[in-house]
Amino acid sequence: MQAVIILLSAGVLIGLAIALVVKFFGVQSDPLLEEVTALTPGANCGACGYAGCAAYAAAMVSGAAKPGLCPSMPEESVKKISALLGVTSEARVRKVAVVCCRGNDDMATRQAFYNGVNNCRDAMQVAAGAKTCTYGCLGLGACARACPYGAIEITPKHLAVVHPDLCVGCGKCVQTCPKKLIKLVPASAPLHVLCSSPEKGVTKRKACKAACIGCQKCVKAAGEGQIRMNGFLAVINYGDLPPAEIASCCPTGALSASIAGTEQSAPESEVINA
Amino acid sequence: MPDIHPFYGGVHPPQAKISSRDAIVSAPLLERYVVPLQMHIGAPSRLLVQKGNKVLRGQLLAEASAFVSAPIHAPTSGLIKEVTTCLGVLGNQLPAVILESDGEDKPAEPLAAVPNWQDSAPAELLRRVGEAGIVGMGGAAFPTVIKLSPPPQKKVDTLIINGVECEPCLTADHRLMLESPEKILAGMQICARILGVKRILLGIEKNKPDAVALLREKAQGTPVQVCPLEVRYPQGAEKQLIYALTSRKVPTGGLPMDIGCVVQNVASVYAIAEAVLDGTPLYQRVTTVTGTPLRSPGNWRFRVGTPYSEAIRLAGGVSEDPVKIISGGPMMGIAVYSLDIPITKNTSGILLLSAAEVSQYQSKSCIRCGRCNDTCPMQLMPGILSVQIENESFALAENWHVMDCMECGCCSYICPAGRPLVQHMRRAKADVTALHRAAEAAKAAQEAKNSPAPAPGKN
Repeated sequence: MQAVIILLSAGVLIGLAIALVVKFFGVQSDPLLEEVTALTPGANCGACGYAGCAAYAAAMVSGAAKPGLCPSMPEESVKKISALLGVTSEARVRKVAVVCCRGNDDMATRQAFYNGVNNCRDAMQVAAGAKTCTYGCLGLGACARACPYGAIEITPKHLAVVHPDLCVGCGKCVQTCPKKLIKLVPASAPLHVLCSSPEKGVTKRKACKAACIGCQKCVKAAGEGQIRMNGFLAVINYGDLPPAEIASCCPTGALSASIAGTEQSAPESEVINA
Repeated sequence: MPDIHPFYGGVHPPQAKISSRDAIVSAPLLERYVVPLQMHIGAPSRLLVQKGNKVLRGQLLAEASAFVSAPIHAPTSGLIKEVTTCLGVLGNQLPAVILESDGEDKPAEPLAAVPNWQDSAPAELLRRVGEAGIVGMGGAAFPTVIKLSPPPQKKVDTLIINGVECEPCLTADHRLMLESPEKILAGMQICARILGVKRILLGIEKNKPDAVALLREKAQGTPVQVCPLEVRYPQGAEKQLIYALTSRKVPTGGLPMDIGCVVQNVASVYAIAEAVLDGTPLYQRVTTVTGTPLRSPGNWRFRVGTPYSEAIRLAGGVSEDPVKIISGGPMMGIAVYSLDIPITKNTSGILLLSAAEVSQYQSKSCIRCGRCNDTCPMQLMPGILSVQIENESFALAENWHVMDCMECGCCSYICPAGRPLVQHMRRAKADVTALHRAAEAAKAAQEAKNSPAPAPGKN
């Protein structure tokens, strides 16, 4: 009985002490900030340009940043935050990353055997990797490790592919890829040039079956405004998008109607004139 | 002779200097040379000739294009067939010219020889070193003229000549010392005159007693002191050599000239002597072509632009397929995948390794044995650094002085867990440098943005 009384009174005293401490020393938090922070995705990818989601939320609340900088935030969250802060947000174009290379083990030839550290950036230190095409994907997964959303997969044939449904367009992979192969493009774009080599068509053809060989068939089919040639490489005008059917005119499949991720499930759709 | 101070750490790899008794042979003239326009650290040289031009041996093909750059001279007489690119050792494409030999090897008018260099002004000698396109021939290929012109506030009192050749397998410097001691001694004294120093130390590892004895004999009556050094890799690394001979330590991020030293390789001082005494610019060098797969390894004097395939052909071809071809020595050399790569001013060796000599081990976890700490000559902690680098914590690795790593490879050599330690360091050094460049660019962009009137509403 005595013990129960001592423990009860101790509990009440300590509880009172905690209540007092919270009352007088508690950190006053801004409920608005808490609400905005809760609406951010919490992945801390840094694509907004701030150190993390909390920092971006603080910047929004203080008025230094606008809602809508975060690529992975759903549209309704942006609207909610805009309403909370009483600002207007502009319409955003959803962007996804695309790896501009199709040179997997079947397509691209190798000139050396690389036995070093399993990371693209390490492989770059040793003769810029083992592929004959010095511009192609090394397939060692620096981008996949950098992706906070798990949207990049390294296929068993050593090619990085982006899963467009998972990709939010934060651009981390763009910075990481030592070959500068990854581009952010509008998610609605129906066509991509999946080759980055500026070499001559003959050279590229020898190094990779899936290279853009600069035949210009697509330019003729789509017209200069939609696809143009930059040296030996076709470039899509993402401002004036060519129709997806154009892809069928490409003899090597470098001009692709899908980013390689979806092609993995349907390899028979690849038309290769080997 | 000065007191010798053993440096910290180091390893004892097998010497494997199988070509040390093979005298230097001049490589025969080729029909075609691929001369890269960047054989040095720094900016590529500015091309002075065009496709279709006829050039003579030793004629200037390209001039220095920046403060850190070097001119390039034609290795033989002939026709400039093409201005193109060629593959470099690092797998990168370098600007290059293809020179088709006319077979006559007609020399261009040599630079005026300065046989009485003792009476020439140091500035005149220095200008000649610059004109001859001499770069550090030990491997780094830093333009020699910059090393020989320290700013006036840095007082240099010691010239160290590096004849250590601690890299296993390589024998080019050893043979050069045995065959041209007079030129090397003259080159050293020319360097000393340029720098105005009295103390000249020549460091040679004790595994070359013939070179030590010969140079000691020839150096009598000159200010050159020949210093035999303990056989331990990397005795020939610049900072370790300076410490061994003077007990001075180069500060972190500093240069040897900060502590009054200048180090030159024996091949570089030989090239300096050739440039000053004979007026010959640098278009050829001695390279060791070695390895157990080769039928007759040896040392050759190659013109720059000679493809590796020709070097291997001269060495008798291979008796078994090599699994690895390395430009340089086995410790610090770089594996290459093509034999079209041309020999440049800093190709000290071409090494072929057989399947039995190359292990394809798997990297395991660090077992915290600390052997890498015991062997790192820069007294870094490679094991801890490598974990930081695996986690891509480059800022942390920089705090742990990863930038002081000279990539000697002792840590990888000694690691019982087979961890790619030096490979991690190389990557970290590249990424730290890239981070610094990006930060500088961002800062410059920010300043450019801030300098006009700031946009309203932004603070």
